[in-house]
Parts: sequence; C-alpha cells; structure tokens
Amino acid sequence: MILNTHAIRAIFKFEMSRTLRTFMQSIASPVISTSLYFIVFGSAIGSRITEIEGISYGAFIVPGLIMLSLLTQSISNASFGIYFPKFSGTIYELLSAPVSPFEIIVSYVGAAATKSIILGLIILATAGLFVPLQIMHPFWMLLFLILTSVTFSLIGFIIGIWADGFEKLQVIPLVIITPMTFLGGSFYSISVLPAFWQKVALLNPVVYLISGFRWSFYNIADVNIWISLGMTFSFLVISMLIVFWIFKTGYRLKS
Amino acid sequence: MQNIISIKNLSKVYQSGFHALNEINLEIHKGEIFALLGPNGAGKTTLINIVCGIVNPSSGQVLVDQRDIVKDYREARFLIGLVPQELTTDAFETVWNAVSFSRGLYGKPKNPELVERIIKQLSLWDKKDNKIMTLSGGMKRRLLIAKALSHEPQVLFLDEPTAGVDVNLRQDMWNLVKELKQSGVTIILTTHYIEEAEEMADRIGIINKGRILLVDEKKSLMTKLGKKELILDLHSPIDEIPNKLEVYNLILSKDKKSVTFTYDENNKGVGIAELLKELANEGIQFKDLQTKQSSLEDIFLSLVDSDKKQS
Repeated sequence: MILNTHAIRAIFKFEMSRTLRTFMQSIASPVISTSLYFIVFGSAIGSRITEIEGISYGAFIVPGLIMLSLLTQSISNASFGIYFPKFSGTIYELLSAPVSPFEIIVSYVGAAATKSIILGLIILATAGLFVPLQIMHPFWMLLFLILTSVTFSLIGFIIGIWADGFEKLQVIPLVIITPMTFLGGSFYSISVLPAFWQKVALLNPVVYLISGFRWSFYNIADVNIWISLGMTFSFLVISMLIVFWIFKTGYRLKS
Repeated sequence: MQNIISIKNLSKVYQSGFHALNEINLEIHKGEIFALLGPNGAGKTTLINIVCGIVNPSSGQVLVDQRDIVKDYREARFLIGLVPQELTTDAFETVWNAVSFSRGLYGKPKNPELVERIIKQLSLWDKKDNKIMTLSGGMKRRLLIAKALSHEPQVLFLDEPTAGVDVNLRQDMWNLVKELKQSGVTIILTTHYIEEAEEMADRIGIINKGRILLVDEKKSLMTKLGKKELILDLHSPIDEIPNKLEVYNLILSKDKKSVTFTYDENNKGVGIAELLKELANEGIQFKDLQTKQSSLEDIFLSLVDSDKKQS
C-alpha cells in the first residue's frame, strides 16, 4: 500500500465531525466576533476614518479580519486536534496504526485547514453584509487563503505536539500570534507607520500574509506581491520541515 | 512451530536512564495464547508498546510475521491489534463511529456487516449509538477490544484485559479470547491475575526488571516447577520426626498433629509408598490425608522472589 487513504479519510472525517459537534465554538463564535469588528471598526468608528488609497476603512479591514480569524482558528483547530488525543491517551491508536507521518499530517492538517478555509469564506460572506466588497484577483485570494490556512494549521499541529498542558496550547496563539496579527496591518497599512517602525514591521511574518491577501482584494499592498508569496511559501516549507523532524525523532510523541 | 513474533536482543533505556528492557529474546508461536506475567514495572507494557510502535526501541529487533517493526512498520502494524491497559477512549464519539474509525485507521475499507458482528460479539449492540462517555468501565473495556478487532488482526495484544472488570465479564472475555484463538488469532496477554494465565495460556513468559526469567509451556512449567504436597493428619500427635524418616524431609506442623511431605518433578511420587510403610513401622498412624499442588501464582512468586534474591 503506497498511501493509506482509508486512514486519511477516517481521521479527516473524525476531525470534521468534531467541528460540527462544536459548531458554536468552531464556526459561530468567530463569525460573531468578526461581525462585531465590522460593526465597531467598520461602521461606527470606520465611518469617521478617511478612505485608504480609495478604499473605505470598513472594506479595507476585511482581508485583515479574515486573516485574523484564519490564523487563530487554523492554529486552534490543528493544535487541539492533535493535543487532545495526547491528553486523553487515545494517541496510542494513531501511533500503533499503519499510518505514515505524511498521512497523519495530511489528515489532521488537511481537516484543520479545510475548516479554516470554510470559516474564511463564511466571514467573507458575512463581511459582504456590512461593506461593499470587491475581489480583483480571486485566484490569488484563494491561493493566499489556502496557503495561509495550511501553514498555520501546520504551526498549530506543531504547537499541539509541543504542548504538555492546556495553558501551553493557548499561550502561543494568545501571546504571539494575536499581537503579530494586530501589529501586522490587519487594521491599518504599515505605510502609515514612521519609517523606523515600517522596517521593524517587516520582521513580522504576518505583514506579508495580510499584504498579499489585501492585494488580491484591492490591488493595493504594503509589500510586493511576489515577496508576500515567497514569504508565505517559506513559512509553509519551514513548518513542514519542523513537522517531519517531529515524526522522524518521535519528539513528544514517543518515548 | 511457526513464529509470528520474533524479538531479538531488545533493549529499552528511557531518557531518565531507566533500563526498562534488557536484551529481551522471545518467540511467539503462531496461533497460541501467550501470557506475559510480571510484577508492576517489570517491562510488560514497554515490551508491548515497542512491538506495537508506540515506544521506540533503544536496540534490538522485532519481527512480526517476518516484517521488521521499524523498517516495514506499515506491513507489521496491519497484522497487530492492541487493547491498552488504560481505558483510553474518545468521550464524545459513538460506539459505532469509534469502531468504524479504527477500521479505517488500519487501512481497511468500510464493512458495516463486520463492524456489526464485532459490536454484537462484544455485547455492545444496544449501545452502538451511545456516546462513549455514557458507557460503564466494563463496556469501555469491551469497546477497546472491538476497536482492536475491527481490522481483523492476526496478532492481538491484550494488556491487562480484565483489570477492573467484574467476574461475569471476565468469564465472557476469557471465552472471547478462546474463540479468537480458534479462529487463528495469536494472542499475547499481560495480566496480574495468575488464574487468567492458568485458565487460558498455552505458554507463559515471566518477566522481571526488564529481563525474561523463563518461557515455557504452561503445563510443562507447572510440572517442572510446581510442587506437590502430601499432608498426613496424624491419629495422635508426635514430638518429633523419627530419625529413620529423615530422608523424606518431612515437616511436622506446630501443633504436632500433621506431617507434610513435599515432592516435585524430580522425585514425584517416588517414596510415597515407602514413606507410608515406614510410618506404619514406626507406629505412626494417620487418620486422613490430602494433596496440594502449587498454583501458577506460587510458581510466579517463587521465581520473582528468587530473582530478587539473586540480584
């Protein structure tokens, strides 16, 4: 057997059914909180903010808000997906099954990324209810959506394996990812920052994701689109290398 | 006899430096029930976990039906089913979904008829749509067995399968294990219940401090190491064993009312007739007699105890 497709399907289905079981947490909650952002920042405060490069503030923050949910939910879904079997002990079944690391990653990360992509599209549709939307480069929009979901699901998977308690599971998304997303230009263009802080901001990987994603909507970007794409691919490759190292060494999985 | 599992020079040293297994060599025959006995911390679960792929070996080799568990892990694992010691189940899934999930995980296509048969065999059919969290401990144990059987393994590891289950369920499990053996499945079980091994096993291995002390056929083990005792209740108490009877190594009870003659494989039965004759000659009469054979538990304790003394 070259690929254990039955196992991939079984894990994928199991993970997706978990999402449906936790509908309020997985889908409804991010949609509600994103809607609140649109109401507060888009309609209430945004109406007093001038347009940015010809785009209303409410529309401008749509890509950033989608990215915010995408990053946090990808990490949350993937990290919980692999952490919980470790916590409950059911990981024994995964470790003793004829499943390769590649198949485990494809199924767990695939399920987490799928959930994030669906969520991203739901938030996009929700945004359409509040602000006029335009997507100038739909293919690129989908490409960034998929690449970001997969990359951050991989990062979530790594966190889930690394974590040995629920606090650690939460600490990176809350302490690192959320601040990086807020400071990565979700609600503003980094071009409004002083020159020095613009350079500092370029050290934030999320800047490239949001910039590329926003470009696919409005054809405006803080960073060249090819650099954004290159950086996104780089994060993907780095995350994949870490995950393969984990499986090769059995880090935090096997004694 | 064909071996289904072959363990060669297997050692495991944990990061803490603890030597869980030391140069284990063990062959498991195809179609047998093999019981691995040992005290807590002897290395039973580590050994099982290595064969199943949950723990990495430090050195040595394990072959399952000639497939190396590291190099050909996929082929080897297809053949194995594992029922772990702990009741580790997903709380929110249903019984049906959990068993179907296990089958898929092991690369087998959907087979609702088989899943139904297994769930019924484990007396869980009326709970098939219930969430696992609503099951009792015994039911969860049966569910773990159903999950392990879902992909039709050739080798089934049962790690303390009847720990914490009631007498009826234990009997049901013993019957199930015997049925599985009849269908050709090789079963390796670890247990603290010596009577379980005595009831079911074809061969027995005793492990202590990461070393296999002994592996033998159950019957042969009990014959070789099992002691028999002939206890004679005397008609009248005696003060001491007469000198003429010294060769029999008789033990006089504290109340002086009975003597015990111990014999084993080496001198089995030899001398009983002579002993009775000599007792009569000495004027010692007995009013009753009884024989006692050591259980597997006695043998196990004696082996572990002697290993403790040696080390």
